[in-house]
Amino acid sequence: MQIGVPRETRARETRVAATPKTVEQLVGLGYDVAVESGAGERASFSDEAYAAAGARVVTAEEAWGSPIVHQVNAPSDEDIARLRPGTVLVSLMAPAISPDLVERLRAAGVTAMAMDAVPRISRAQSLDVLSSMANIAGYRAVVEAAHEFGSFFTGQVTAAGKVPPAKVLVAGAGVAGLAAIGTARSLGAIVRATDARAEVAEQVESMGADFLAVQMPEVDAAAASSDGYAKEMGEEYNRRAAELYAAQAPDVDIIVTTALIPGRPAPRLITGEMVASMKPGSVIVDMAAANGGNVEGAVADEMVVTDNGVTIIGYTDLAARLPTQASQLYGTNLVNLMKLLTPGKDGELVLDFDDVVQRNMTVARDGELLWPPPAIQVSAAAPVAQTASGTKVVKEPEPPKDPRRRYAGMAIGAVVFGAVAAVSPPSFLGHFTVFALAVVIGYYVIGNVHHALHTPLMSVTNAISGIIVVGALLQLGSAGSVGGTKGVVIMVLGFVAALLASINIFGGFTVTRRMLTMFRKG
Amino acid sequence: MDTALIQAAYIVAALLFIMSLAGLSKHETARDGNVLGMVGMGIALVATLWLSLRDAAWSAWLLIAVAMVIGAAIGIARARKVEMTGMPELIAMLHSFVGAAAVLVGINTFVATSDLVGVEGEAVHLVEIFLGVFIGAVTFTGSIVAFLKLSARISSKPLMLPARHWLNLAALVVSAGLLVWFVAAHSIVPLLVMTAIALAFGWHLVASIGGGDMPVVVSMLNSYSGWAAAAAGFMLGNDLLIVTGALVGSSGAYLSYIMCKAMNRSFVSVIAGGFGSDGAVFDSDVDYGDHRETNASEVADLLKNASSVVITPGYGMAVAQAQYPVAELTAKLRERGVDVRFGIHPVAGRLPGHMNVLLAEARVPYDIVLEMDEVNDDFPDTDVVLVIGANDTVNPAAAEDPTSPIAGMPVLQVWNAKDVVVFKRSMNAGYAGVQNPLFFRDNSAMLFGDAKERVEDIIKAL
Repeated sequence: MQIGVPRETRARETRVAATPKTVEQLVGLGYDVAVESGAGERASFSDEAYAAAGARVVTAEEAWGSPIVHQVNAPSDEDIARLRPGTVLVSLMAPAISPDLVERLRAAGVTAMAMDAVPRISRAQSLDVLSSMANIAGYRAVVEAAHEFGSFFTGQVTAAGKVPPAKVLVAGAGVAGLAAIGTARSLGAIVRATDARAEVAEQVESMGADFLAVQMPEVDAAAASSDGYAKEMGEEYNRRAAELYAAQAPDVDIIVTTALIPGRPAPRLITGEMVASMKPGSVIVDMAAANGGNVEGAVADEMVVTDNGVTIIGYTDLAARLPTQASQLYGTNLVNLMKLLTPGKDGELVLDFDDVVQRNMTVARDGELLWPPPAIQVSAAAPVAQTASGTKVVKEPEPPKDPRRRYAGMAIGAVVFGAVAAVSPPSFLGHFTVFALAVVIGYYVIGNVHHALHTPLMSVTNAISGIIVVGALLQLGSAGSVGGTKGVVIMVLGFVAALLASINIFGGFTVTRRMLTMFRKG
Repeated sequence: MDTALIQAAYIVAALLFIMSLAGLSKHETARDGNVLGMVGMGIALVATLWLSLRDAAWSAWLLIAVAMVIGAAIGIARARKVEMTGMPELIAMLHSFVGAAAVLVGINTFVATSDLVGVEGEAVHLVEIFLGVFIGAVTFTGSIVAFLKLSARISSKPLMLPARHWLNLAALVVSAGLLVWFVAAHSIVPLLVMTAIALAFGWHLVASIGGGDMPVVVSMLNSYSGWAAAAAGFMLGNDLLIVTGALVGSSGAYLSYIMCKAMNRSFVSVIAGGFGSDGAVFDSDVDYGDHRETNASEVADLLKNASSVVITPGYGMAVAQAQYPVAELTAKLRERGVDVRFGIHPVAGRLPGHMNVLLAEARVPYDIVLEMDEVNDDFPDTDVVLVIGANDTVNPAAAEDPTSPIAGMPVLQVWNAKDVVVFKRSMNAGYAGVQNPLFFRDNSAMLFGDAKERVEDIIKAL
């Protein structure tokens, strides 16, 4: 089958749905690829490069007339008119907020697959274009901010004086937020980040930023949403979050906001007052400007400067500002999709609606509306419950254990121990104390052992458990004074026990030494 | 004064043992740790010999000397010549000796003190003997079965007796009954009967556990041998034995816990035996597509052009004795400037840390031998992964297919690398009996045959 890659018709779009590299991969899957002349021009891919990779360079009509069409943006009305019924169209569509578009695609009788409706499950990560574009946009947001910001990001001590590092606040630690954190960090700034989901604190810290938690522990459970996105938060939470932002605004130099919930207006995080409280020369990048903006005063696709000298950048095409990179990643996402849709690698596209990924992405087919898809749970919560119960094939999530049961168990244990202690001689309790403490010490000592040394550890413990020879030796020593048959029995048993234990002691230590001399550093 | 000195010696020995285990936590201090253990053992032995022999006849001297010299000779000889691939067997055998010694010491203690009727704390003393012998007996036969399975003298398949859980339960209940009889009657008969039952119980317990669970079994038996020593300490009233036994016992328990976690199995389900024996149905009819076969020279080309390579060995590498050629391959590639590292799954091999010892034997530097968690994130940036004799530990089904019997088991995510070469003898399923979709992935290629020969072929082709 032929895949058509038309030039993007939307104004200011610089990306293209295929690069010479991805063309090669598509050809490898058995497809013919037809690229409209000039499609890759703005992303620095020439027609010659496409041809060299195995694509045919064609006119717009022919590209749009292919049985499969790959696009970056949702098609305009004119584009839809150029599609033949039955064509498989793959592009970004934002189906949740553009019902008109979905309806027109349905009416046109095309099979429409939305790249931005890939479910957020691990298997589908390789096709998740929202993540790949957000990553680029997060990077670019910081680059844009750095461009407008009048100082260094990194702190320096120079002969001309000391330069303090810039302070960057990133609101929302999703893919874009984390990319922004990473970029700002690598430019040398001090980076702080916030997110409604407390569980991302670790990711934020792993990127080298400080996580500013909104002090409200009880919201955590609510925020850990089941579809992998942050949810809108309660009023109390919003109030406290606002306090946090208000406190940070005068202190930081750069704010990057990334809070966006799919299909909803962006939450307002930074108010006009907060903007007014910022230092002149500060820069705000509002990555949610397309959906109304997280920042009061942000204008989509524009850069505005407030009265107090704060620059607010509302570009919505941040990813497209890195056209080469963005096209490559988008194209690779498409290749991964085609791999999924081409089980035979024979250039024949097969749609399998039993696969949640394919079902979820397809918004219309053969005049039938398929949006919204049936709900799937993609959060980690369900798999974790499954892993807990081992090998059974069908599992119910386990109900949390009743803490009372544990307390009851502890109480019973204490009572039993008390009863045993009451009837035992004092010497037993003395020994038991030693025993209990040794168990605890053993646990902590072993907890630190490097995994590579587990075998030597076992052979050493083997050797030292040969200490049981002490018992045998004592018995052998006393056997002489017992006399008679009994003395002989004790002697024989003691002898064998001492022999076996000695094998352990000497064998264990020797083999451990042998092993340890083998370990060497490179 | 003597007693005080001996007590002091025991305390010093116990501290040295603790420091010995602590020393083993790092490569840098491990050798010192071993020496500390030896010194501790030496001190304990000298003190005990003095205590035991100061009033004894010359015959006791002779007996002890003969027993220890024979034991030392056997132990050192075995330790000298054991192959590193045979470590699991050796360890299992050493466990069985501790178990046997505990049984003998326990019965002996009873024989020696059998005329002390009506002494204070007699019941507690008898319970200690009983428990010590029980644990010792279970350790003894359990370790022997583990040894036989590991050395392939008996099949490593789990033994599936009908109603095996009930058999185990019955053994425990009967033993509990015998304990009551033993304490009440103060007779050796229940003790010996229980010993027989415990021996059978230990045998059955390990016989019903499959070969792939051996890392857990071996560390579990390590733990039991410790508890057996501790129980002996209780019956002899000897704190050194108690401390040492408890150290070993809790260390073995901790290792078992790590192993179980690495397989995403509960400890109880491993001990109760039989993987997937609870009625799980494996869907073997799924069509995974075709696998792609490759050959040594293609792999050599792949490696030549790679800039980073990760090798993930499994038990198959040990079976094929491929660690030496693998080490040679590693050295060759590193000379060419290729970044070669190893990724070790916690349950690779038949013993905790088994792969590390094998690689160390083949002189692979330990700092390029990484743990699963250390290497898992790096796979997407890795050019070539060589999977040598591993199967379940690299199975993507564990991460992606919630209905898989091994779902949720942490695995090495080798499939994220650019190319994966799987060294395997045939397309048979791994130990868990689960098909591995990795083999059918587009970026995987199979290299069939003996791992050792194949790796040697690659070295030649380089």
